[in-house]
Amino acid sequence: MLRLALPRSRRAARNALILLAVLLVALPFLTELALGRSWVRVLDFALLYIILALGLNIVVGYAGLLDLGYVAFYALGAYLYAWLASPHFGLHLPFWAVLPLGALLAAVFGVLLGAPTLRLRGDYLAIVTLGFGEIIRIFMNNLNAPVNITNGPQGINLIDPVSLAGLSFSKTQTFFGLTLSSAHLYYYLFLVFTLATVFIAYRLEDSRIGRAWIAIREDEVAAAAMGINTRNVKLLAFAMGAVFGGLAGGLFAAFQGFISPESFSLWESILILCMIVLGGMGHIPGVILGALLLTVLPEALRYLGDWQRLALGKVLLEPTDLRMLLFGAALVLMMIYRPEGLVPSPQRKREFHAEDSVAEQEQASLYDARR
Amino acid sequence: MRSVHIVGGIWCLGLLLGLAGCGQKTDTADGTKVVRIGSVAPLTGPQAHLGKDNENGARLAVEEINAQGLTLGGKRVRLELIGEDDQADPKTATIVAQKLIDSGVVAVIGHLNSGTSIPASKYYHDAGIPQISPSATAIAYTAQGYNNTFRVMANDEQQGRVLGSYAVNTMGARRIAIIDDRTAYGQGLADEFEKAARAAGGEIVAREYTHDRATDFTAILTAIKSKNPDLIFFGGMDPQAGPMAQQMKRLGLTARFLGGDGIQNLNFIKLAGDAAEGVTASSPGLPLEAMPGGPDFKRRFEAKYGPIQVYAPYAYDAVMVLVDAMRRADSYEPAKVLAELPKTDYKGVTGHIRFDRKGDTEGGAVTLYQVKHGAWEVLETVK
Amino acid sequence: MDIFLQQLINGLALGSIYALVALGYTMVYGILELINFAHGEITMMGAMIALTVIGALLGTSLDLPGLMVVLAGVLVAIPACMLLGYTIEKVAYRPLRRAPRLAPLITAIGVSILLQNAAMLIWGRQYISFPPLIPQHSHEILGAHITELQIFIILLSLLIMGGLWLLVQKTALGRAMRATAQAKDVAALMGVNVDRVISATFLIGSALAAIAGVMVSAYYGLAHYYMGFMLGLKAFSAAVLGGIGNIAGAMLGGLMLGVIEALGAGYIGDLTGGFLGSHYQDVFAFFVLIMVLVFRPSGLLGERVASRA
Repeated sequence: MLRLALPRSRRAARNALILLAVLLVALPFLTELALGRSWVRVLDFALLYIILALGLNIVVGYAGLLDLGYVAFYALGAYLYAWLASPHFGLHLPFWAVLPLGALLAAVFGVLLGAPTLRLRGDYLAIVTLGFGEIIRIFMNNLNAPVNITNGPQGINLIDPVSLAGLSFSKTQTFFGLTLSSAHLYYYLFLVFTLATVFIAYRLEDSRIGRAWIAIREDEVAAAAMGINTRNVKLLAFAMGAVFGGLAGGLFAAFQGFISPESFSLWESILILCMIVLGGMGHIPGVILGALLLTVLPEALRYLGDWQRLALGKVLLEPTDLRMLLFGAALVLMMIYRPEGLVPSPQRKREFHAEDSVAEQEQASLYDARR
Repeated sequence: MRSVHIVGGIWCLGLLLGLAGCGQKTDTADGTKVVRIGSVAPLTGPQAHLGKDNENGARLAVEEINAQGLTLGGKRVRLELIGEDDQADPKTATIVAQKLIDSGVVAVIGHLNSGTSIPASKYYHDAGIPQISPSATAIAYTAQGYNNTFRVMANDEQQGRVLGSYAVNTMGARRIAIIDDRTAYGQGLADEFEKAARAAGGEIVAREYTHDRATDFTAILTAIKSKNPDLIFFGGMDPQAGPMAQQMKRLGLTARFLGGDGIQNLNFIKLAGDAAEGVTASSPGLPLEAMPGGPDFKRRFEAKYGPIQVYAPYAYDAVMVLVDAMRRADSYEPAKVLAELPKTDYKGVTGHIRFDRKGDTEGGAVTLYQVKHGAWEVLETVK
Repeated sequence: MDIFLQQLINGLALGSIYALVALGYTMVYGILELINFAHGEITMMGAMIALTVIGALLGTSLDLPGLMVVLAGVLVAIPACMLLGYTIEKVAYRPLRRAPRLAPLITAIGVSILLQNAAMLIWGRQYISFPPLIPQHSHEILGAHITELQIFIILLSLLIMGGLWLLVQKTALGRAMRATAQAKDVAALMGVNVDRVISATFLIGSALAAIAGVMVSAYYGLAHYYMGFMLGLKAFSAAVLGGIGNIAGAMLGGLMLGVIEALGAGYIGDLTGGFLGSHYQDVFAFFVLIMVLVFRPSGLLGERVASRA
């Protein structure tokens, strides 16, 4: 889409890029001014979820493997960060050393998950990955005895924040008279990682591997017949997806300073899946939009009480009662009106709005080509 | 570029949503100052019943103080409680913490869980506002070196110690089985109980586990039965303890059942039915009935919100302790209130509240109760 | 030995609960190939509605016998849940029938959140206790304890399984269902009213969910607006284990999952020399599930279904 929508002249393209860059740099300041610092934190989490969603998109969107245990990689990255940079084991490695290790650990587990599930399709794969996610969480929740590895349900506290050149990101810092709060600092850090993720995702999409993934998604048998090593390519999808999960996990641990197994429930996996399907599976702008929307929406719905006061002059229904109800309704409505996602890929959109037979074909081939 | 539109569009949407929330006045026309207090607990999800209970407890206190009238620094003050939902999720907890700080709260009553109280406390600390949890029991919560974290509930160590020695020395248990629900609360309490029971000379014959959404415990109870214990301790909450007591009875387990504050409530008796009879449980502080104003609080609360779930009286006391500190400081400014809070010496509905150096309740009494004829009766209060 | 027998009974009782929910789950899946995440919530709604009726009846001066009151609750819950299931299908799933496969899954998650929070608004956040109308005396057989309700639930799930099998294999509706499951368009060409068949499936599935809901809450003595999530998850696992879409498979998967969990919780400590305890019960269950699927990628009895399309 991005490529198709390239403006006619290079100058326009450059201007658009500059505008986007300025907007992204100024965003936390505008947000804090208009809405308060809590919304900068929401932005931070939105960026984190964009990384997660783009990672899961590799597995689900490109390779068409339904993964309901993605949060396991997020947990592994977070725990590895906590082990190597907190008083828990007394280790305090710098973040640039820990993050790659977390990504690597996640990748290894990605292959471990992928290997036994190569033959599984669709919903059978879903339940196995779901089980994998739960197994990792249960281990994290219980490995405080006989040897205390994860500190169990109590979680690990006082995790080192990211610090660069002696500047701790957990404190407010001043540069040349410009005061940046911890939320701002992490925004820029996460922005760098998010942009890198988006870049890698685009490059992957256009690469040999990316096309191999899509081929497998569309028809695994045909892909194998074309000489694609489906086993390796599938394992690579799991590993690549896991890398982003592990990376986001490490960032999350540093940002929060405290992690416990509660943060890595099945619900997180489901939420990330909702983001990519809602936004437009396999299409990067769509996935980004989905992640943004589903992070912002539940927070925005906290203001329900204020809207009611504004519109009706009094609070009729407690916002805390309605918030999640409306969230559920929004999911249903968005899916009914845009089943192909809010910003579907052009190919998918074409297929979806073409004759029924084409859509049917696509539907049948999306997950289980060989049923 | 499409991304520009997307980012811009989302931001404008957020702006629109958020702006609606602004523009509330903090000074009313008659010169009364509105002072905001936050209350955070899970109001959706599996623990919502506990969360709403906390909020109701805090709300009742706020309403009563407003009805009495509060004057600080020569100015009339009206308290406003902002209730937020942290969904028992550590990530959401930090967003909510920042939202409350943004909206200018002077103190926070919460959060309900240890797992949310701890990550949120960093933000309250950085903002310099006091945080009083009515229900977080993990030792780590007040052990972070912050000067603004308090709780009006005994921590796991305090309560586990009393329960462990009570089980062995008073109830005469020799062979003890322990079950916990693998939450920060249940596991923390069970571990401390185990330490104390061992120290007192009890033998731990089985250690079993469940989780906080389980309803079937027959498998672990059968395993426990084969070890032939004379007492079963459960670290967890009433939704599990109720069916557990019933299933013990059905399996012919005759060991006595002991639990902490998580099961010392009316709901447990309802859920356990006739299996509740004889179950023993503790609760930090003194019995509501023994406290001046205790029975009265219970009546007022239940008239308004229905039966107390678990922690409402503690949330009520947390607000009262806060307002007490405000009165002494003659100010609602967080820094001044924070200076007064450690000097708290307040007789609340849950007991006599004083804080130690860390912000835990000092010398907190723990009261033991037993179900007799379908109601909790006081056994004794252990100091 | 009596301990092993007891654990087996514990597992069968738990498993028959899973099977009861899984039967409805698998029916819907068999026709639509949709993981109906909302099925657990319909179960919860059944329990809640029945409890409301039971509470109202107990509140009156009528002195009905306990079982009659429970029956009345079930009889109201069934049509209410059927209506609910019918509406959900019509409003949330039907428009997405030709959409990409994951779209209805997300809608199902949305419906599930919606129902949970609606139940929270209606019935409140607290746990509701099921009044002790069904006596649960335990009988001792060979040193193991079993209650009448446990026996009843096991029999009921078998009975429902048999009924469903008859329905699917022997009736015209069943034939239409099988045809729809195989190929919707061809079935339509052959004169099957596909919409009506799917609606019928949802009606039956929801009625089963209502019965399961009442049984679960009577058995454990409680109901809560969040109870459906766990149940739905376990039922989904059970259905997959047995071979999703297969009625006998759902029954077998449910019973097996229950027995695996009970034996896992009871013996995992001894098996691993005390290293892993009952907190790894779900790990054990998932591990067995994964192993079964690795060697039989479409579940225990899934073969016939797998050749469906």
